[in-house]
Amino acid sequence: MFSFFKDGIVVATTGGRAYHLWMGALSLVMIVGGYAYSVQFREGLVVTGMTDHVSWGLYISNFTFLVGLAAAAVMIVLPAYVLQDVDFSRAVLVGEGVAVSALVMCLAFVTADMGGPTRLWHMMPGIGYFNFPQSMLTWDVLVLNGYLALNLLIPMYVLYQHYHGRQPRRNLYVPFVFLSVFWAFGIHLVTAFLYAGLTARPYWNTSLLGPRFLASAFAAGPSFIIVSLVMIRRFTEYKIKDETLHKLGLIVTVAAQINLVMLASELFKEFYWPTHHSLSARYLFFGLHGHNALTGWIWTAIGLNVAMTAILTIHPLRRKVKVLVPAATVLFFAIWIEKGMGLVVPGFIPSPLGEIVEYAPTAIELLVSAGILALGLFVFTVLAKVAVAIETGQIGKGPTGEH
Amino acid sequence: MSNEQKPIDFAGFMRLLTSGADPRIERTERAGSCGSGCECDPEIERSGGLGNKKMSRRASLAAMFGGAVATAGVVRAAANPLEAEAAKERKALEWEEYFKGNFRLMTPAERQQTISRLERLAEMKTGRDVHIAGTQARPNVLYGYAFNISTCRGYRDCVKACVLENNQDRRSNMQYIRIFEMENGRMNLEDGKADYFHDVPAEGHFYLGTQCFQCENPPCVTVCPVGATWKEPDGITVIDYDWCIGCRYCEAACPYWARRFNWAEPVVPAEQVNPRQHYLGNRPRKKGVMEKCTFCIQRTREGQQPACAEACPTGARIFGNLLDPNSEIRWVLANKKVFRLKEDLGTDPKFWYFMD
Repeated sequence: MFSFFKDGIVVATTGGRAYHLWMGALSLVMIVGGYAYSVQFREGLVVTGMTDHVSWGLYISNFTFLVGLAAAAVMIVLPAYVLQDVDFSRAVLVGEGVAVSALVMCLAFVTADMGGPTRLWHMMPGIGYFNFPQSMLTWDVLVLNGYLALNLLIPMYVLYQHYHGRQPRRNLYVPFVFLSVFWAFGIHLVTAFLYAGLTARPYWNTSLLGPRFLASAFAAGPSFIIVSLVMIRRFTEYKIKDETLHKLGLIVTVAAQINLVMLASELFKEFYWPTHHSLSARYLFFGLHGHNALTGWIWTAIGLNVAMTAILTIHPLRRKVKVLVPAATVLFFAIWIEKGMGLVVPGFIPSPLGEIVEYAPTAIELLVSAGILALGLFVFTVLAKVAVAIETGQIGKGPTGEH
Repeated sequence: MSNEQKPIDFAGFMRLLTSGADPRIERTERAGSCGSGCECDPEIERSGGLGNKKMSRRASLAAMFGGAVATAGVVRAAANPLEAEAAKERKALEWEEYFKGNFRLMTPAERQQTISRLERLAEMKTGRDVHIAGTQARPNVLYGYAFNISTCRGYRDCVKACVLENNQDRRSNMQYIRIFEMENGRMNLEDGKADYFHDVPAEGHFYLGTQCFQCENPPCVTVCPVGATWKEPDGITVIDYDWCIGCRYCEAACPYWARRFNWAEPVVPAEQVNPRQHYLGNRPRKKGVMEKCTFCIQRTREGQQPACAEACPTGARIFGNLLDPNSEIRWVLANKKVFRLKEDLGTDPKFWYFMD
């Protein structure tokens, strides 16, 4: 056990010039973000762009998007462990690494958004008061932490066994894999319900929100994994077959198509006969009484979404890795805009009493967010590097009997 | 009005399912339904196990780390022995405050202790003698409010009185009450203007005030992850400012935009602080917590009118006990045509509008 962790740390701290540059840059961004957070901690959330009118902003937007990224690991876990699809089995550890680092970012973003982070222990059952099951936020705390535990324990067990040259015992870990599959749907549905349960905000109060969260997550998440796999293939000896990328590409495409169908039905409902409840959508897509801070963003996102989905839908194009990777990257960012700021901020505009106050993040918010994203990438790089080292037999005895 | 039919809601259903396990909810329901006229003491009802165990666990935590921090405080404030003594006392008080529990679940003794600590801390900070009450709801009282939109002339004296009474942050100019200037012939808040700066009343307009409506079915309470906000037996939704973690979920859940957040450390000049306070009412708040209108709990529980009702020069504001058949509010509900905002949401606000 000790040598497993020791070797892991050694692998994580050694590497080529490019590796050290990358990790150094991430560390720098984290330090700057940490400083920005210290300012926010001292002065209060007044240093952000949030107000009593728009009371959640960039932090919660990122949180919402990243929960989806974490949930998307299921799209690899399910075929790899449950259907025993050989093409996915080499990618699954990367998927779980994405989930873990996304969850780390989620928890960091939520903490950064708290007015009283030092009082978070009030939520701990036993010494505090956990308002379960009434508050959807308590559900979210449970599912996110549970999912984090599952995605740490399953790959750690598999890697530990491989490290010792043993075959992991299926009956030991597969039950947890099944659990994590349901759990993945759970984390994203619960996060959607967090919004959908608020009748005060008609923009969120729609039964389509949960399904739409899942569809966009299953497009954005595997997109990220595709890019990660290509990176790993380039920088390490770990073999990832094109077939794996193709299958992931197909998942991305189908999910992106479903997402567009839902977008269309949402637009139809909001604009065929606009009511008071459509004001937020009108603000987002067309602006309201001259306020239109988000219209440029959302149309960019939708344009890119449609274009990338069209490109990916054409089989010969998607099957070219040179097309798949940039298309997946662009799609990832388009969904980030659409589901982050494009979902959270319009919910607050206009206010329940009809007042319009717009929102733009401040430099402090941007720096803190950059710091948290760097933290996520840092965690992901370490996890992926150690996993690859074990799987390729660079440390430990290497996996036996597989591949 | 207590036997009005409420819509079936999922959250309510879940609450029913768990009411046995939840001391908080059990208490509200009992207090609301017993009707025997006694003043229910929550501590007696919440007899035993869970709460006390929580307290002792937390107390031992505080004791474990308390010594170390108190010492650190002494070391820092070295020079003047008097100052050092004061700093030490303040640190010790703040430390105990940090580890205290949710006001709702405290025993009467614990409530008294935290109130004493807070009064002492306020005295040390501002040099003023403040009194923080912990007065509980009176039996057979359910507060309600009615607002006459034909007599309100938009002077906003109520807004000013509210700010002074409730020690609201002067720096951000926080206000609980909003008066909307509405064009005659329309009943749409989106067309109303809350930030008018001209002589009132303006020709062709009427005025409609909003604040916390103290919903009988408050969505803000349901969503709070730590139970820092709840509905008292007299119908007032309150916040334990020291228990709130500042996630602002309640602010997103309120359909009437009644809640406010302290984005920075609130500032009230020492000489302007209203020293007559209530733990769940107008005692000074801190950075990073929510606050809201409490129908002036520090006044109304002593039998007075809220500051806004008292300040109104036109008599547009009627406040009283809904359970008292002889109250003015009951007369308004019985004799005027009234309406409420967003009744379709099932929040059942205890704030009505009417006209002459």
